[in-house]
Amino acid sequence: MSIEQIIFIVLSSIAIAAALGVILSKNPVNSVLCMIICFVAIAGHYIMLNAQFLFIVHLIVYTGAIMVLFLFVLMMMNLNAEIEPQKRNWLKYAGAISGGALLLVLVGALREASLPAINAGASSDIGLISNLGKTLFTSYVVPFELSSVLFLSAMVGAVVIGRK
Amino acid sequence: MTLLTIAIDWFYVTEKILLISAVLGVSLVIAMYSTWLERKVAAWIQDRRGPNRAGPFGLLQPLADGGKLFFKEEIIPSTANKFLFILGPSMAMLTACMTSAVIPWGDVLTIAGREVSLQIADINIGVLWVIMVVGMGVYGIMIGGWASNNKFSLLAACRGASQVISYELPMGLALIALFMISGSPSLKDIVEQQRESGIWNVFLQPVGFLIFLICAFAECNRTPFDLPEAENELNGGYHLEYSSMKLGFYLFAEYINMFISSVLMATLYFGGYHFWFLDSLGLSPNMVTILGMVILFGKTIMFIFFFMWVRWTLPRFRYDQLMKLGWKILIPLALVNMIVTGGVILYRTIGF
Amino acid sequence: MQTLTNRAQPVDRRPMTFWEKMYLPAIAKGMGITFKHIFKKKATISYPEEKRPFSPVFRGLHVLNRDEEGRERCTACGLCAVACPAEAITMEAAERKTGEENLYREEKYAARYEINMLRCIFCGFCEEACPKEAIYMTETFAPSNFQRKGFIYGKDDLLIPDPKHPLTVTKKD
Repeated sequence: MSIEQIIFIVLSSIAIAAALGVILSKNPVNSVLCMIICFVAIAGHYIMLNAQFLFIVHLIVYTGAIMVLFLFVLMMMNLNAEIEPQKRNWLKYAGAISGGALLLVLVGALREASLPAINAGASSDIGLISNLGKTLFTSYVVPFELSSVLFLSAMVGAVVIGRK
Repeated sequence: MTLLTIAIDWFYVTEKILLISAVLGVSLVIAMYSTWLERKVAAWIQDRRGPNRAGPFGLLQPLADGGKLFFKEEIIPSTANKFLFILGPSMAMLTACMTSAVIPWGDVLTIAGREVSLQIADINIGVLWVIMVVGMGVYGIMIGGWASNNKFSLLAACRGASQVISYELPMGLALIALFMISGSPSLKDIVEQQRESGIWNVFLQPVGFLIFLICAFAECNRTPFDLPEAENELNGGYHLEYSSMKLGFYLFAEYINMFISSVLMATLYFGGYHFWFLDSLGLSPNMVTILGMVILFGKTIMFIFFFMWVRWTLPRFRYDQLMKLGWKILIPLALVNMIVTGGVILYRTIGF
Repeated sequence: MQTLTNRAQPVDRRPMTFWEKMYLPAIAKGMGITFKHIFKKKATISYPEEKRPFSPVFRGLHVLNRDEEGRERCTACGLCAVACPAEAITMEAAERKTGEENLYREEKYAARYEINMLRCIFCGFCEEACPKEAIYMTETFAPSNFQRKGFIYGKDDLLIPDPKHPLTVTKKD
């Protein structure tokens, strides 16, 4: 087993364990912290793929900003396991069924998929910031600009709501 | 990328481990003596003498303070979440120490035919790594403040988190203008670019530097932005319930952050290890590297002094003033700075 | 209204100009002031090595004086205790026996003489009230102590050493 495989297995097991922790933990703050660990482990996978920019943006945006806001809200509301309202039973079953259906779809899709794309040598530099920038601003400039307009409108919307 | 070389090149591994220990040790020692310098500077500005009893000029004072902190009683409040209570200061310390990985402390040293780069990791993403670590630094404050189970700690933690998130944005925008000039987010490239042109970025980006400076103060929770530890409003802030070395970790992390921000400012805007005429003196390359390192530390200490000087001059902001400054002044200013920089670069490359 | 001094400044309530709103010039000015203070003379006196000189009229710890022949001057008249605004002084008088003429100057002397240094305000009224020039205030402080009773100074603490009979001083009452 090569060192990359060992790291991959370690990172994956951390990610899966943390993801299980998110849904199994009673304390919402612990859930959020598990989610952060999960994100960091996934960021480790990006590093394994040499996608440095994706790695750093994933960490900045998700762990550095979004999860902080999650944590912020949870801490302000100070939810505890004791005062959490009792969930209805049918909600649990509905959740289990829809989640199971999604799992089935994913497994079915992935079972048929072949993995020809993974050869590390050929495209190992595509994740670096300059290559990524060139690709985004030449081949994919229209979707890139469209998404930036989307973000801009979201920002303007936030400002308008904030003004009220 | 480097995984396979790590498995083979043991020289590389030992070199990096030595470098990491050296950088860690140096940043800890400098953080230690920053506490001493802080007290000295405070004293000088207030016409006092400062600590001068422990050792010559009070130089053993940090050791005495550390010893005192170690021997204090370790208190964990009975209603606190024990695991998170311990995790908080550890996170603060971890994130404080992580930034130094991407800073180029000097150029290349040639030891016995091997070229040793005085930078732990010359990663492609450079400064973005710093922004990421700063963003993660919020967790130390938030987890610690929440786990204390104390409303003042929680308030301080919320203040700290929102402050850091707010000031990350203008900091990033100011850095984008800098990347436009240097053409790379790698710190090594930024320094080399300043070294080749001989013009420090502060002359090209004065507004950007000002924004970065203000944001650095806010990110380090230093006066005038030390609202998370505003002792007259919050009884001491997010580390209110902490004692002994856990408190020491929080305080220490603040000083390490200050040191790292000083190094960053020196590297990004003041040419890092570059100084004019240093390359044309005709010294051997190793000598130039070592002198460059000394120069970098000199610049850093100047900035640390500046941090302290500001701390003992300016009063604290009010919270709404802080947010107004961040969102209504610094972000538009950084955006304008970015657009103007882009325009000038475009004008110089195309000429319209 | 007529002001006492002409130094009163009216409050300037004009809206701030753009230059003032930038705050940076004002901050730079303030930083300049603090920087100047770095090089100013320090106000601190590093105490045990370097002592602040006392004024010639400084009133410190009390002593009970003796005359030229080494006899106690105090006659326990109680005027110092009466004069004391803090009521820090207490004493008990006793009659001089025959054979004690070399110890006490007058026929009556203070068998017990105590000053509570925690009550004393070092005003010096006792020194002024004394008709026999027996009590004086020196230029030293009362040293610190761990217990309250350490601050009640008895005769053996207050009396100056006898120039003629150095060993007879430490007589416990």
